[in-house]
Amino acid sequence: MAVEAANQPKIRWGELEDDAEDLDFLLPPKQVIGPDRNGLKKIVEYKFNEEGNKVRITTTVRICKLANARLSKGAVERRSWPKFGDAVHEDVGARLTMVSTEEIILERPRAPGSKQDESKSGGDSLNQIAKAGAVLMVCRTCGKKGDHWTSKCPFKDLAQPSETFVDRPPSRGEAPAAGAGSQKSAYVPPSMRGGAAERGSGGGTEMRRRNEENSVRVTNLSEDTREADLLELFRPFGHVSRVYVAIDQKTGMSRGFGFVNFVNREDAERAINKLNGYGYDNLILRVEWAAPRAT
Amino acid sequence: MRPILMKGHERPLTFLKYNRDGDLLFSCAKDHTPTVWFADNGERLGTYRGHNGAVWCCDVSRDSSRLITGSADQTAMLWDVQTGAQLHTFTFDSPARSVDFSVGDKLAVITTDPFMGLTSAIHIKNISKDPSEQMSESVLVLKGPQGRINRAVWGPLNKTIISAGEDAVIRIWDAETGKVLKESDKEIGHKKGITSLQKSVDGSHFITGSLDKSAKLWDIRSLTLIKNYTTERPVNAVTMSPLLNHVVLGGGQDASAVTTTDHRAGKFEAKFYDKILTEEIGGVKGHFGPINALAFNPDGKSFASGGEDGYVRLHHFDQDYFNIRI
Repeated sequence: MAVEAANQPKIRWGELEDDAEDLDFLLPPKQVIGPDRNGLKKIVEYKFNEEGNKVRITTTVRICKLANARLSKGAVERRSWPKFGDAVHEDVGARLTMVSTEEIILERPRAPGSKQDESKSGGDSLNQIAKAGAVLMVCRTCGKKGDHWTSKCPFKDLAQPSETFVDRPPSRGEAPAAGAGSQKSAYVPPSMRGGAAERGSGGGTEMRRRNEENSVRVTNLSEDTREADLLELFRPFGHVSRVYVAIDQKTGMSRGFGFVNFVNREDAERAINKLNGYGYDNLILRVEWAAPRAT
Repeated sequence: MRPILMKGHERPLTFLKYNRDGDLLFSCAKDHTPTVWFADNGERLGTYRGHNGAVWCCDVSRDSSRLITGSADQTAMLWDVQTGAQLHTFTFDSPARSVDFSVGDKLAVITTDPFMGLTSAIHIKNISKDPSEQMSESVLVLKGPQGRINRAVWGPLNKTIISAGEDAVIRIWDAETGKVLKESDKEIGHKKGITSLQKSVDGSHFITGSLDKSAKLWDIRSLTLIKNYTTERPVNAVTMSPLLNHVVLGGGQDASAVTTTDHRAGKFEAKFYDKILTEEIGGVKGHFGPINALAFNPDGKSFASGGEDGYVRLHHFDQDYFNIRI
């Protein structure tokens, strides 16, 4: 409801009542516009305020219909049928019929539109990468860039199982860092292992780092936010490589936070600047750089 | 959407039926009183008192003047819809399971359960316009299949009767001679008992739901299998949207096992499937027990579900429902 005054910016409801006595006939008649397609109805009324100024009051009302029942002639007649059986002496307090306090939605097996969206954005980002000349597609098995994904690697069978932290044979890939031989005897955590940092491709660590790159943490999400919603929210800022919403394993509900990875860091920065403090659903979003995972 | 909860029954629901105009909703439950509700706001209009056992099924005539109910007290009763007065009682020697008015409301088919050595049977009764002239005799009695017949409905032009039951076989009977015309193939048909059967609005096809966790769509004349919908739980109730190509399956785990598991494990949802693509569209949750009965309003804009929990839930769809794309 919006109340808007033409002459006087402020009206008090108490004053409206008092002064409209004899001069009412001077006012233009009450107008009702609508309801339109969206159920919005406008009522325009005129009144005199305290100082005798004419004030226009516009009230906008939304009209909702709860149920849209088709009524035939017989149905109209049946409406007025007297109650019978047990329904005759039905006390008001019986409350046999109640409207659910809970909003029930038709739960989709996957978020609406998510399938199409993913494929679309995937195509876009790939196109963009091709244009930019960057390489995102790196095979972790053979280390070849931009040719195939790990799962499609033709050398998959030849490669060592990925779970074991064995240094890659020097014959393949672009020369793993020195020390592969010297360090073989003592255990070295994978992150500290020779070349972990500068290794251009290959290895599980690389994969994980890539996931953390340009990662933005979004907290204070409402419970019904899905990944598709988040994607929709963040896509305008640039190409998104991953969207993740934490889901409670037990309840299946969102835990209220998620991560979004951008292909470009600048895009992520813009998204943070823009969306931190942004009101989404009924909550104020908190968007920040994701802290690097403690490993 | 905010469903309307109707708590008029004290025992599990068994059957729901809208009248043709879609303004009245009839509900049957294992308590002994079928109830009629206004389908728009869920207000109770009246109850039909007189049965002495669980009421399994009901049907309402096209002009919404007569109601027929079948009950476990071994009777089927004709009622005046407006006043709740009993017009006639058909007595049998075993519980009546399913009732259905023919096109034109001149005939009714009533199935009875196997009981005390009797086999199950399908009875065809004449329904006279004037209740005082109503006869109790059956025009025809069809017998043969083993096990309970859970549902029998009239085929096109009242020429056939389609029955389905515990033996998982769908049969098409000749309504004149009482011969079996067609039987569903064991290979492609259901593997376990069929719990519900519903005709499409135009009567060209029908859907069956079975305990084998699937529902199947059949051609009503040739009895060819058209579609198959698989789900995770036994199907107790099926219905089809008269408006959109949607199929709704209701079910859930067996009622006796409900208390042994978490309520989320029960899957007491009404599952919506696309009729043609057989793909799941979504689920509507809410019941605390398996869904035993489902009915779509003839205008396709609302549907009702009845559960083992004794509630009828009346759902009026939001606008988004009509814009769903797969």
